[in-house]
Amino acid sequence: METSTDVYRFLVRPKERPGEHCGPRARSLAADARALGLSKIRAVHRAAIYFVRGTIAPKELSLLGRFLFCDPVVEDCAWERVGDAAPAGAPARARRIEVSLRPGVTDPVADEAARAARELGIKGVEAVSTGDAFDVEGDGVTDGDLRLLAERLLCNAVIQRWAIGRIEPSWPDEAAGSGEVERMDVGSMDDAALLALSAERRAALDVAEMVVIRDYFNREGRACTDAEFETIAQTWSEHCVHKTFKALIEVDAPGYPPFVDNVLKSYIKKASDEIAAPWVLSAFVDNAGIIEFDDEYEVSFKVETHNHPSAVEPFGGANTGVGGVIRDVMGVSARPIAATDVLCFGPPDAAPEEVPAGSLHPRRIASGVIAGVQDYGNKMGVPTVNGGIHYDHGYSANPLVYCGCAGIAPRGRHPKAAAAGDRVVVLGGRTGRDGLRGATFSSMVMDSSTGELSGASVQIGAPIVQKKVSEALIAARDAGLYSAITDCGAGGLSSAVGEMASVLGADVDIARAPLKYPGLAPWEIWLSEAQERMVVAVPPKDMDALRAICDAVDVEMTDLGRFTGEGRLVVRYGGATVIDIDCGFLHSGPPQRRLRAAPPVDASAGEPADERAPAGAAVSPAPAVGEALLAILAHPAVVSREPTVRLYDHEVQGATVLRPYDGPAADGPQDAAVLKPRETKGSRGLALSNGFNHRYGAADPYRMAVSAVDEAVRNAVAVGADPERIAVLDNFCLGDPTRRETMWTLLESARGCYDAAIAHGTPFVSGKDSFNNAYLASDGRRVSIPPSLLISAIGIVPDVGNAPGTDLKAEGDPLYLVGNPAPSFGGSVYAELFGLPPGSDPGVPGSPAGAPAAYRALHRAIAAGFVRACHDLSDGGLAAALAEMCIGGRLGARVALDGIGGTAPALFGETNGCLVVEADAPTAAEFERSMAGSPYRRIGETDGEARLLLSVGGEAAVVGLDDMIAAYSGTRSER
Amino acid sequence: MRRPKAIVLHAAGTNRDPDACVALELAGADPEIVHVNRLRARDRRLSDYAMLVIPGGFSYADALGAGRLFALDLASYFADEAAAFVDSGKPVIGVCNGFQVLVKAGILPGDRREREATLAHNENGRFECRWTAMSAPASNCVWTRNLPGLLSCPIAHGEGRFVVDSETTMERLVSGGRIALVYSGADGRPAGGAYPANPNGSAADVAGICNSAGNVLGLMPHPENNVVVRDRDGERRRASTAACIALWKNGVDYAKGM
Repeated sequence: METSTDVYRFLVRPKERPGEHCGPRARSLAADARALGLSKIRAVHRAAIYFVRGTIAPKELSLLGRFLFCDPVVEDCAWERVGDAAPAGAPARARRIEVSLRPGVTDPVADEAARAARELGIKGVEAVSTGDAFDVEGDGVTDGDLRLLAERLLCNAVIQRWAIGRIEPSWPDEAAGSGEVERMDVGSMDDAALLALSAERRAALDVAEMVVIRDYFNREGRACTDAEFETIAQTWSEHCVHKTFKALIEVDAPGYPPFVDNVLKSYIKKASDEIAAPWVLSAFVDNAGIIEFDDEYEVSFKVETHNHPSAVEPFGGANTGVGGVIRDVMGVSARPIAATDVLCFGPPDAAPEEVPAGSLHPRRIASGVIAGVQDYGNKMGVPTVNGGIHYDHGYSANPLVYCGCAGIAPRGRHPKAAAAGDRVVVLGGRTGRDGLRGATFSSMVMDSSTGELSGASVQIGAPIVQKKVSEALIAARDAGLYSAITDCGAGGLSSAVGEMASVLGADVDIARAPLKYPGLAPWEIWLSEAQERMVVAVPPKDMDALRAICDAVDVEMTDLGRFTGEGRLVVRYGGATVIDIDCGFLHSGPPQRRLRAAPPVDASAGEPADERAPAGAAVSPAPAVGEALLAILAHPAVVSREPTVRLYDHEVQGATVLRPYDGPAADGPQDAAVLKPRETKGSRGLALSNGFNHRYGAADPYRMAVSAVDEAVRNAVAVGADPERIAVLDNFCLGDPTRRETMWTLLESARGCYDAAIAHGTPFVSGKDSFNNAYLASDGRRVSIPPSLLISAIGIVPDVGNAPGTDLKAEGDPLYLVGNPAPSFGGSVYAELFGLPPGSDPGVPGSPAGAPAAYRALHRAIAAGFVRACHDLSDGGLAAALAEMCIGGRLGARVALDGIGGTAPALFGETNGCLVVEADAPTAAEFERSMAGSPYRRIGETDGEARLLLSVGGEAAVVGLDDMIAAYSGTRSER
Repeated sequence: MRRPKAIVLHAAGTNRDPDACVALELAGADPEIVHVNRLRARDRRLSDYAMLVIPGGFSYADALGAGRLFALDLASYFADEAAAFVDSGKPVIGVCNGFQVLVKAGILPGDRREREATLAHNENGRFECRWTAMSAPASNCVWTRNLPGLLSCPIAHGEGRFVVDSETTMERLVSGGRIALVYSGADGRPAGGAYPANPNGSAADVAGICNSAGNVLGLMPHPENNVVVRDRDGERRRASTAACIALWKNGVDYAKGM
């Protein structure tokens, strides 16, 4: 038998279907290409490439090609040895572009293919890598067109390479380099040299912080190693220690004291401390906030952002954002039960020249991010049940990707006390160069070179690896095999081990860490943000039992060393010591930052954001009610997200009671998800909801915060959550904290958070902040995101059977408006479309009077079973809420509104604190009795007519149900 | 009568195994989730069980095609054991990824050595999660006998388009009573290829098929996810659980009768 060590190339191509040359996927790629202005392209056919390196016999090649890589019913496979005279590649009429991953980028398909080849008995396979071939059809397609197509659509240079024609395979660099430790004499550096070092290593440390490092190594009397410097930079990064939130802020604004010391303590935690809810089990201490579910179980919730990684590599960034937040929940010893995602993008129809230089088109960012969210949640088997999508020009270069995860665990089973002598154990994925310096990368303003320079910051997920780790950890938790646990997130092992050893100290040998490929320097191993890794502290007696669990499900487990009790973090690489620093120094953190806050000088920056309304719109005649409502339903802020939501598995685990879209046609948008976890008894469940409105943020950050908290709470109440059992999470995304306006925005929104949390009695249990969400374009233009605050809520639903949902249920039921409407138009959808109605309130919605009491009364009515449907008023106002209820239930309604102002304010004004209720006709009197003393009014009733009849002050308008469905589903043709 | 033991196979990435257990318990079986590693280690044997369930998920991350590598496990490690189980006539069900595994392992349709059917990428090229309705035409299948009304439950897949290699294969499946479930409209009539009633473009609206003996069923939708209604309006919003429960009971009762 002839064998040799070679590289083989397999090309797997879909068979042409009878009567159809061009399948839907080829057409859709071509449509994307034409959207980029490449009008000559008719079709883009995709095929898969596998490169296999090894010593492989001809019969084995055939087995790989015919049996493993190809599905013979729908695919053909051809293979050849790389370097041999090639058989024809692309069909004659097409041009070929090939794309492959850069060496070292995580490639789960290649890993599985190599494993499968060995399972087939093909022992000579050394490595596999994958790629894609694109056959581009069209008349007169030039190399320039192909280049544009590759760069803008088919390839992301951050993780991939491309070629016209055949691409050569690439393999991770195996050059030596391991064991190398660089030493830096920071002790003798002046301030300028210190800053230069910080910049050179992309450490994002300022001079005050660098001076503290210099002083420390002077006290130690030695040079600083590269690994020590990188560890300090990561540990002290904005991402890890929240320097801005903890800063001492000098404030120059009316109504504020001259200094605010620590925003987190002064507003967010302060609210939780004052509310002192006994059912909060962990707030701001663990990787996720934890509240009581019942006597047996606790539920945890965490929301993170992954903005910068998603800007440069949308799929990988969002993918690992989801993976990372799921690990946070695994890090509180919980089983992940739900994922959430709130996404902010630039306008999808932006002209290519509007996109800031160096950043990807918003449409491409959006599709990559959505695919990344989909891939991780679906493959982990965690249902994605709540979220949102928001559009604004400010997000063009800097998308926001908020990823959340909820978990459940038996109470009191999350151990948090490692002991001296416990082993430092890593479970899960292998370590590679992926994600180096992610924590510091996310702490910088991005510019046009960011994508290129930060290539190493990008991580790609392997959700199945993490699923196995999750399964092993739950078994280990139930058997009581670990004494502490945390996830490897930003900063990799340096943060995870560093945090767990922050008091005890540890002594570890990172030469033991299993690597994806050889050649990593010690600091790279220590700092790598390779995904899917968890660190546990394991008493020596339990090591064998843990190993048995891991072996059973093929989870890699590595013993790195031990917790010492000596208070020093010692990291070795074989015989060499690469880190030996005092834990107290490392974890006392950097010196407190001093920042300044002041309101924007430019008065217009604080004005209501209606500047995008067409010029003169305010004086143009008011649109007819029907047209206005249909335009609102079709507006990007309101229109159905169902096509996106259907990409996410929201049914897995069988716990989903109320779906993102529900009702007889499954198209009625719901206010919150309701879940009934499978392990709990009875009919208690939990609600997950969110509140977000960046259009309010641009106008008034205080009111944005008040509105976001109120929206999150009322969404949860609307589906049956008990308002006295709702906890909230804050996620701030702002710009450059060294700008005084940014810090003023932070103060204002934090103050709003405090006031709203106190008003509703909803404690904050977890939060995260992301700064430097700005982009410096190559022409010097600075693009900042609008101030953005996501409030996520988790609430207990005493009986999921009574979760009403927004879809109308029956004809002849009375409709009520609960709450005190205070309609305004600043930042409203109506104003964006038509301008401010004459004489209307141009502000944005503020604190809703009487809302907490109204929510409590409404909850009692829901819990008693009197409420058949319930929907909150948000974007688009009351008319939009009613329309969505009719659409969801395929029913009609007659509604008359008086005493809420004119037609536009009553129907389209936006307000906090209000909900529409469909009461059960036979028990309507009971509903009214249970609402007594709270603001509510009867506004109409449901009927079987396929229309919504709205009358204000005696003037009636009729909007057809079919028209509303068409507008809301985005299929209504322009008039 | 004793609860029949059901083995619920788990490979890396299987995720609806606990969901299947909920349905099996409700239907009167005694399910056990067993990792393929334990079967390989001979720690568990297929022949000790009365039913075999291959649940949904993303086994091995769908690498090289959904179900492909889990099917390779079956072929590499337990080909004889699996064939003996199928030949014994005990009930076998593959749901979603499990259906893909059965097809790619050649157990379904199971008439010839070469693969003659597959589950390809959905017609619209996307993963989709939505509720579907199915009717059960007259067939050999022991799982779909006398279902009370339409079977309604969610799909959650990206590779569910049923494709056969030739018209002859399809004719054989139809005439042999092998089409167990067909995507249908609310009126119970086959979807006729129309989206979204036929959510993935499957040939002849096929949602599930059985082997010639009728004891092995593979289907893309998830009947294990519609066995409990928890919200008061659930049945109005979606559908009755009755048919899904009946399907699981059919399998369990058949196992009891063996």
